[in-house]
Amino acid sequence: MATCLVVSEIRDNQLKNVNAEAYTAARQLAEQLGLTPATVLLGSGVEALADQPARYGMEKTYLVDDRQLAGYSGDCYSAAVAEVARQCEARVVLMAATAMGKDLLPRVAARLGTTTAQDVIQFRVESGEVIFTRPMFAGKVWAEVKVTGSPVVATLRPKMFTPEEKAVTGAVEKLTVPLPEPLAVVQEVRTSSGGKLDVTEADIVVSGGRGLKGPENWHLIEELAELLGAATGASRAVVDAGWRPHGEQVGQTGKTVAPTLYIAIGISGAIQHQAGMSSSKYIVAINKDPDAPIFKIADYGIVGDLFEVVPAFIEEIRKLKQQD
Amino acid sequence: MNVAVCMKRTPDTTAKIQITPDQSSIVEEGINWIINPYDEFAIEEGLRVVEKHGGEVTLICLGPPEVEKTIREGLAMGAHKAIRLDASQVPVDPAVTARALAQVLKEGNYDLILFGKQAIDDDHAQVASLVATELNVPCVNVVVKLELDPEKALGYAEREIEGGHERVRFSLPVVISAQRGLNEPRYRSLKGIMAAKKKPIEVKSLELEESQLTVLNYAYPPAKKPGRIVGEGKEAVPELVRLLREEAKVL
Repeated sequence: MATCLVVSEIRDNQLKNVNAEAYTAARQLAEQLGLTPATVLLGSGVEALADQPARYGMEKTYLVDDRQLAGYSGDCYSAAVAEVARQCEARVVLMAATAMGKDLLPRVAARLGTTTAQDVIQFRVESGEVIFTRPMFAGKVWAEVKVTGSPVVATLRPKMFTPEEKAVTGAVEKLTVPLPEPLAVVQEVRTSSGGKLDVTEADIVVSGGRGLKGPENWHLIEELAELLGAATGASRAVVDAGWRPHGEQVGQTGKTVAPTLYIAIGISGAIQHQAGMSSSKYIVAINKDPDAPIFKIADYGIVGDLFEVVPAFIEEIRKLKQQD
Repeated sequence: MNVAVCMKRTPDTTAKIQITPDQSSIVEEGINWIINPYDEFAIEEGLRVVEKHGGEVTLICLGPPEVEKTIREGLAMGAHKAIRLDASQVPVDPAVTARALAQVLKEGNYDLILFGKQAIDDDHAQVASLVATELNVPCVNVVVKLELDPEKALGYAEREIEGGHERVRFSLPVVISAQRGLNEPRYRSLKGIMAAKKKPIEVKSLELEESQLTVLNYAYPPAKKPGRIVGEGKEAVPELVRLLREEAKVL
């Protein structure tokens, strides 16, 4: 029984939402390739989560429950996944291209003697082979690639595959696998200030640029973000100037985001910035320069002084929230 | 500390990338080549480590003779010497690159092996992990903070994850991939540039393994529909909100 295997990401003993995207992609792929859609859950005390993947069509859920897997360890997790992939005859191994996914799957591929297509945004099946599309040069170019090694290993860029529920009766199987002594040990996981949403995970991102004139005006970005339940992002100029931490930078040398709504405030939208956000579903731009490149890709642009437009925007949304 | 930094040359971040008419490759003429920006953080960190603990920084770069110009830029930052792994072109399969690098790294007995977290051309973000697996040494990716204790042969690194950081303990030797925020790379001084001209670049040749990743074609992403201006100034805000609510249905 050959499988298309998804490595589920668990943080704080919860399945992350992004798994649903990978399950959906795996189910579609399995259907076209005649494989069994399956997933593996790694952790300690994660048995209670084992029935969830069946909601997204995972016919088989493998469970590797071990105290040594309580927290993420690239060494132990990759050894475990490689062993599970062997045992369940995985022809395809997928995971969301998160910090964990991008760290883990290449290690798994190395252990299995194959290679990884990283950060895939699309796939198609042709003559029984999977062809992936992955952006290169920060999205300036898309490449169609094929993994000829076996299994085919790929990470999927978050927000690129729409999750679809499709409940099946899933079977759960516990596996015991030998784990190595970890070479590197995660000692502590620190969440940044107040558990704020990460810019790569949010459905709405509000980003600010140099047009804000100084860090003292950043509250406009934060106020709007809070109102919308959004994460905050920043342009490179603003990060370089030290107004915002590196983790918030969106662009070629920062994060790549693809939220449903991206609001660029006081950001001119240089090519480096666009590289990190042009896949957003809807882009709103507020900028005083009508020639700013951001307006070329904005679905909705307002030309004007952000210090007038943004407070009005905040006010309007507040009114809307009160009506709802 | 014996430090190796694996580096790559990439087009600069503002480069317009052109695809050949047959869609099989990227046009290289006219490209302004730079050290991959994340590799610059790696080089800077290597230099800081040897400034603090003593030792040498060796740059390792796989590619044709033309990459030596970019290697010299790394030497101008202060790296002591370099090795170029001769290859007519950089492999498309990161695993091929990784195994070639691993061979050379094995010979060098390095305590610290640094990479950038990804190259900004092929964006594979995995060579560091593959090299570490090949060498069976610890690996920490996307690192924004590094502390080493050479006497105890161990260290700590902070790596970026969604909405936070992981603090990781490891023993030396170790493979680290650098993320923006790790440090601020130094400028190349005139003195450094002059000195770099005399620094040795050893050329090694080796057989590359067969690729397990094939690029079928390159294409430009589908064009986004042209932008649309809703209006000017704060008077345009109600219309913007209406469109977001009724047309885009995102509010």
